[in-house]
Amino acid sequence: MPDYRQMWSNLGLDLQSHDALLSTLGSAYRDIFLSQEDRPEGMKYFDFVMTEVHGLRIKELMDAKAQGRIVIGSYCVFVPEELVLAVDGISVGLCAGAEFNFAGAEEVLPRNLCPLIKSAFGFKMGKVCPYIEASDVVVGENTCDGKKKSYEVLSPMVKDLFVMDMPQMKSEAGKQLLKAEYRRFAEKLEAVSGRKITADALRKGIETTNAKRTAIKRLAAIRKADPAPISGLDALLVNQIFFFDDPARFTASVNKLCDELEERVGKGAGVFPKGTARVLISGCPMAVPNWKIPTIVESSSAVIVGEESCIGERGTQWLTDGRGDTVEGLLDRITERYLKIDCAVFTPNASRVDHVREMVKKYDADGVIHYSLQFCQPYIIESGPAERELEKQGIPTLRLETDYSQEDTGQLRTRVEAFVERLRG
Amino acid sequence: MRVAGIDIGSRTVKLIVVEEGNVVVAKKRINSHDPLVTTRELLRDVPYDRAVATGYGRHLLKRYLNCDVISEIRAFALGAKALIPSCRTILDIGGQDTKAISLNEAGDMIKFEMNDKCAAGTGRFLEVMATALGFSLEDFATAALSAARAEKINSMCTVFAESEVVSLVAQGARRNEVALGIHGSIVGRSIALLNRVGVRGDIVFAGGVALNRCVRQLIESRIGVPVVVPADPQTIGALGSALYGASGLVRGDT
Repeated sequence: MPDYRQMWSNLGLDLQSHDALLSTLGSAYRDIFLSQEDRPEGMKYFDFVMTEVHGLRIKELMDAKAQGRIVIGSYCVFVPEELVLAVDGISVGLCAGAEFNFAGAEEVLPRNLCPLIKSAFGFKMGKVCPYIEASDVVVGENTCDGKKKSYEVLSPMVKDLFVMDMPQMKSEAGKQLLKAEYRRFAEKLEAVSGRKITADALRKGIETTNAKRTAIKRLAAIRKADPAPISGLDALLVNQIFFFDDPARFTASVNKLCDELEERVGKGAGVFPKGTARVLISGCPMAVPNWKIPTIVESSSAVIVGEESCIGERGTQWLTDGRGDTVEGLLDRITERYLKIDCAVFTPNASRVDHVREMVKKYDADGVIHYSLQFCQPYIIESGPAERELEKQGIPTLRLETDYSQEDTGQLRTRVEAFVERLRG
Repeated sequence: MRVAGIDIGSRTVKLIVVEEGNVVVAKKRINSHDPLVTTRELLRDVPYDRAVATGYGRHLLKRYLNCDVISEIRAFALGAKALIPSCRTILDIGGQDTKAISLNEAGDMIKFEMNDKCAAGTGRFLEVMATALGFSLEDFATAALSAARAEKINSMCTVFAESEVVSLVAQGARRNEVALGIHGSIVGRSIALLNRVGVRGDIVFAGGVALNRCVRQLIESRIGVPVVVPADPQTIGALGSALYGASGLVRGDT
């Protein structure tokens, strides 16, 4: 493995903490992913990406920056990658998926706050996220109150924080607001990159992003097979890497994986026995390396067949209509596309349960696990009505609420096992 | 065939052996720091052909005995249904978990709810509070039942509730009224879980806390119907596990 220490040091990382983090991550990855049986060959590429997630990929970012390209870091699927690509920029998701340096985060944030936000601060303050250090601009978006207010605290810690306002209702006014904010974001990108967004560049950005989404949708569709050709853990990993990797290379690798999986399905081969209980996950995002619930589910005689989540179908199911000759027209198409995302910060948000129900049907799921991060009010509040609605329609639903710690694993396992017993009757 | 059902709980390990549909062994033992040692002692000189484990230590025992495992929720559902066939709702308050389970007409589990990761509203909560007030567990319920009114306990967290109790006592509150307030707080929490799954049909109250008369009476007065407490409410999970092993439900792939 090449030595990246000089690069990390130049980025201002705390090398000792960073070593400790990589070592923990590495052993968790071996235990959770590499120990799985009959993994598709195509997962080797994603294993490689994970091995190099703080190494080679960061070097690529630094090389691109040296050539004058910009890196845009974000924490949300409402930040349009199409626009970033239109200025030849690179869009990356920032670290927020592990319980790292919560003590540090709690020096500036309340204890009773969602672990995703605390994690973002833990990584930043502990100086272990190379992505945020490599970012020319960090985009904050006013989705939930927790993030909105935390960006105020984050602002002095990063080089350039761009806060984007968000509508809370999918009304005409909401659409106008989102479009105005996307336009402001586009102007920001132009200013930082020194490039003008043309209709051509934007169409190309849309095309690249759509190709990535189309590949991930293809992967999703293959998961409807029984036996499941790929574990939910591996599929989640691919969805997580969606946010880090070079888009074109990612698209090609997902398609290659899909070729192999389609072959498996054709032969009736799978990673779990035929008839294994099939679970759909719905709720909060699971950012790398948050593999807690899928690990429990898939070691409890069940397989996850889909994720109704920002890291999953909520973020990828819609393509952007790339037809249009003007930047203005394409901005409208982008706005329309993103406004379809059924995030729980919107009210009302009935389309979300409809989507969960469609996914249950499409992927032949036996039940739904509704996953909420602790203190995530939008999703926790939605979980009650969502559960009632799904149960009413005969879809068994289990609500789980947890954080990034491991101390409740035993209790979660009891619930998940009992739920799987319920599904199998 | 003799089938052993072993329920390794946080406070107590329970063992039931079933042969030809009859319970032939019923034992329990307070858990130590090493549940395997406690279980081994319980199993000493107890012959059996097959074992099924449940409770929080089930996976540990699976590695040790190579036995089958089922969740506590399923175990309680099976055990309660066997004892009281008309049972449709189960409340189990154990050492660290509280569970509400709903069964359909066929006796299959159709919904369950469980407390969050902390020990609020569980047997452990009662133990800590009894100690804080200087009661034995037996006297604790009796004292609570003797109170004419209850002190309000606001905190659900075991740690915070303990300091709340200490300050109530320091302000001169009556010990038995504080005791009643504590019982009321865990009942309130259990009722919320019960209401989530829906209270229907005959209700079985199981787990170690079902031995507490005050909790039982408060639950009955809150839901307005009597609950059935089995003769040995702590062993329902072990019974359910043994019956599972004897029933041919075992698939061998869990």
